[in-house]
Amino acid sequence: MTDASATPAQPSRSRSLHQTDANTKRRNAKEGRFKALGLGAIGLGLVFLVILMFSIISNGAGAFQQTFLQVPVYLDPAKLDKNGNRDPAEIAKVSTFGYAPLLQQGLLQAITDKGISTDLAKASELKNLISASAPNVVRQQVIANPDLIGQTVTFEVLASSRVDGYLKGRVKRDQIALDKNISVAQLDLTDALVKEGMAVKKFNWDFITGSDASESRAEQAGIGTSMIGSFFMMLVVLFLSLPIGVAASIYLEEFAPQNKFTDLIEVNISNLAAVPSIVFGILGLALFIQFGGGTLGISGLKASAPLVGGLVLTLMTLPTIIISTRAALKAVPPSIRDAALGVGASKMQSIFHHVLPLAMPGILTGTILGLAQALGETAPLLLIGMIGYIATNPPDGLISGFVDPNSAMPAQIYEWAKRADPAYYERAWGGIIILLIFLLSMNIIAILLRRKFERRW
Amino acid sequence: MNDMRLTERKVDAKELKIQARNVQVYYGETHAIKDVNVDILDNTVTAFIGPSGCGKSTFLRTLNRMNDTIDICRVKGEIMLDGEDIYDRRVDPVQLRAKVGMVFQKPNPFPKSIYDNVAYGPRIHGLARNKTDLDEIVERALRGAALWNEVKDRLHAPGTGLSGGQQQRLCIARAVATGPEVLLMDEPCSALDPIATSQVEELIDELREKFSVVIVTHSMQQAARVSQRTAFFHLGNLVEYGETGQIFTNPEDPRTESYITGRIG
Repeated sequence: MTDASATPAQPSRSRSLHQTDANTKRRNAKEGRFKALGLGAIGLGLVFLVILMFSIISNGAGAFQQTFLQVPVYLDPAKLDKNGNRDPAEIAKVSTFGYAPLLQQGLLQAITDKGISTDLAKASELKNLISASAPNVVRQQVIANPDLIGQTVTFEVLASSRVDGYLKGRVKRDQIALDKNISVAQLDLTDALVKEGMAVKKFNWDFITGSDASESRAEQAGIGTSMIGSFFMMLVVLFLSLPIGVAASIYLEEFAPQNKFTDLIEVNISNLAAVPSIVFGILGLALFIQFGGGTLGISGLKASAPLVGGLVLTLMTLPTIIISTRAALKAVPPSIRDAALGVGASKMQSIFHHVLPLAMPGILTGTILGLAQALGETAPLLLIGMIGYIATNPPDGLISGFVDPNSAMPAQIYEWAKRADPAYYERAWGGIIILLIFLLSMNIIAILLRRKFERRW
Repeated sequence: MNDMRLTERKVDAKELKIQARNVQVYYGETHAIKDVNVDILDNTVTAFIGPSGCGKSTFLRTLNRMNDTIDICRVKGEIMLDGEDIYDRRVDPVQLRAKVGMVFQKPNPFPKSIYDNVAYGPRIHGLARNKTDLDEIVERALRGAALWNEVKDRLHAPGTGLSGGQQQRLCIARAVATGPEVLLMDEPCSALDPIATSQVEELIDELREKFSVVIVTHSMQQAARVSQRTAFFHLGNLVEYGETGQIFTNPEDPRTESYITGRIG
């Protein structure tokens, strides 16, 4: 029998291993093509990533720099304190309209003193150089310190967004023929001010910490208040969706009987994860604001409150957290459960002592990614009015942070992108940079937590 | 305290520990165990042998109700531990499993330190009043599992870092630490090399002095080496049960003889 089988095998011995046969060549070629395709896909992805990062940074970096003017202002007692008794109540009566001419006068004086030649002879013609927010800066300082009245004090105030845009190259001389907010003469003066060191570009902390501003004061707008709004929303999301999500997953994964009803729940949770976020927005509007706040009269539940935003985003994040938690629980080897049950641990003990700690990295990663998704979510916020124009001061205190009207970072970015002034366009990109920094750091935290807990294996 | 109980038990050795009567196990529609009657003696190693899928592991797991975790599994009949029906409604499987410990096929230490692995059972059952007590229990269990000398200097190293044979002995120590009366072993040596296997086998022989040991094995040599009594399962039936020597040298049933001599299986 051995001989018989050896004879037909004889021809195959003649083929050398050093020669690739046609079949092998074809297979290798296929593999090569597949590898090239994969490599191409990755390359394309990287190219788009680089384009994205480049356009975000090149468009948004400008938002972090702002032009400031150094203006020596003579705080005229005749205008600010007519009776001369330095009574704070009377000083406070002078509105910003009283301060604006002083600023313009001061700037004109400084220009004359430095010997800068300009066609602009009247102080009011300098109005377009100075931000509309500047008089208030001066006013606040004077109210805080009435002794300044009568002196000449140098204030550092924001330049107007046109001047700022001109220095950043956004506003061009040949494009301003129809612009009522700036003239060629004013741009000439701007160049002269830069030369004299009176107009300087500096890092603008107010963009990170400040509040939104009106259409005409783009230079003053900041993302700080909406950042606080986002923060309070994330608090609500974290403290609701993590315990609810983990408890639901543990029950479904470990305790629930396998039947039609639990199957239905499972299918529905998977479906909920794919529901468009705007649906959650309108659900939140109907459920929390109209029914909870309106019909039931719960006072915290009103439009634009971060509490409501947080509740809506919780609804949206829950499926994500439940799915990732269940996957993490499922990934714990059953031998660990057997081991715990085998030494006489109860089901709950085996879950809380052994299964949950092992599932922790997966649960945390899922939760943080869910939070990151919620942080960047805009559509549901539009429907519950979290795109409010919040130019006031940031919320004072914890309760206020939850229930006072606020915006959120992505909603603020959306709001800025809508506005006409191109200075806001730049701020929208700047806001995206900040949002991306937040998302990136959350992902880094997720990775670090994963590493930390995985080491316990 | 434990020791006193153990010496006491040695006096009236070989008493009946577990009594199974007309046990039927169903997995859904499948009738996995048919009408099994077995008396398991105290201070004896009882081996369950039989071809794969014959139900020996299933039957072993009914003895400490590990099958409860499988939804579709149903058990009928009576299993008495010291005269009490363990499937009685009043019995909490958690209490039962503290009395009837289990060692699994694959070593499955918790991803914790060696010390915590062994101390876990005593901790959840409140067997130790203080740290010294617990240290003592852990040391005794590790000595009992013939592992103490190898790990005494690294009790706080992770249990998963041990070799396969050491891990399995750690699992035995973990099962022993709760002071069980019966120790169930489901093919404890199937994942081990011959040297580790012989260490575990020696250990099983020593454990016999303290507990009743029930071991499922695929190796007939192992059954012959470690057990005093052997049960042969085939297609869900208990074919033959008796003294190990008699089963291996003079089986009554032709099926047992065919299996032992390698004709079926």
